[in-house]
Amino acid sequence: MPVDTSYAGREYPPNAVYEVSRVKLAEFADAVGATHPAHTDEAAARALGHADVIAPPTFAVVVAQRAESQLFTDEAAGIDFSRVVHADERFTHHRPITAGDRLVTVLHVDSIVERAGLAMITTRCEIGTEAGERVATVVSTLAVRPEEAA
Amino acid sequence: MSPVLADLSVGAEVLRSQVVVDRARLVRYAGASGDFNPIHWNERVATAVGLPGVIAHGMWTMGAAAGPVADWAGDPGAVVDYQVRFTRPVPVPDPGSVTVEVVGVVGALHEDARTARIDLTVTVEGARVLGKAQAVVRLG
Repeated sequence: MPVDTSYAGREYPPNAVYEVSRVKLAEFADAVGATHPAHTDEAAARALGHADVIAPPTFAVVVAQRAESQLFTDEAAGIDFSRVVHADERFTHHRPITAGDRLVTVLHVDSIVERAGLAMITTRCEIGTEAGERVATVVSTLAVRPEEAA
Repeated sequence: MSPVLADLSVGAEVLRSQVVVDRARLVRYAGASGDFNPIHWNERVATAVGLPGVIAHGMWTMGAAAGPVADWAGDPGAVVDYQVRFTRPVPVPDPGSVTVEVVGVVGALHEDARTARIDLTVTVEGARVLGKAQAVVRLG
């Protein structure tokens, strides 16, 4: 089944709250080799002016992918994950993700274009606090290979 | 000491670092990130879909390349924008490991915004694995 290009322009309702924990930040920082103490040491983070330990720059993917799954698990969208290749990714931080944050994400499907047999899907996750403060924007483009090439 | 915008010049190399990745690290990243795609830990699945073997998560490589930028900036929270293109998979052998090299050069300076754009060259055995890898860092 081909990717349904009519999903372009769609905006999803805010998803369930993601509560940022110190333990998860430390685990993620360790996995990517991010050794800066602001990820694990509250005093070091506070010395830099942060309210608590902060996330590494790419941690927002953990929050974003929960929202993105609304699209990718929607069978009607026709996105077969076994044929997906990650093309590019961008994080814009309006402020650092901080332990204790309660984040909600709104998923936007910015575009779906066919290019040289590939369907290029660009999603945008607007991550903010429950109170409405903007925290991060995550833009991701995936390339979906056609079925016959799989 | 954090770097100061006025001390930087376009084209200057500001960081050079190495990050080592093995299969255990990929499993650790899978757990930490929630990305359990088996091509990042299962040789049988990876080769069945035409890959040379288990490959690193592109997002692992992107994350690993951000560490040296955060260390250079003196504050991970100073990295206000970070983007990459995934241009080449990074196969991770078993047994063994792969070394990812990260070199950062000042790509642009924006006095008004008090930011520097750091252009990253991220390579494995001399071949670039990320394209258009750019981090925008807010400086004093």
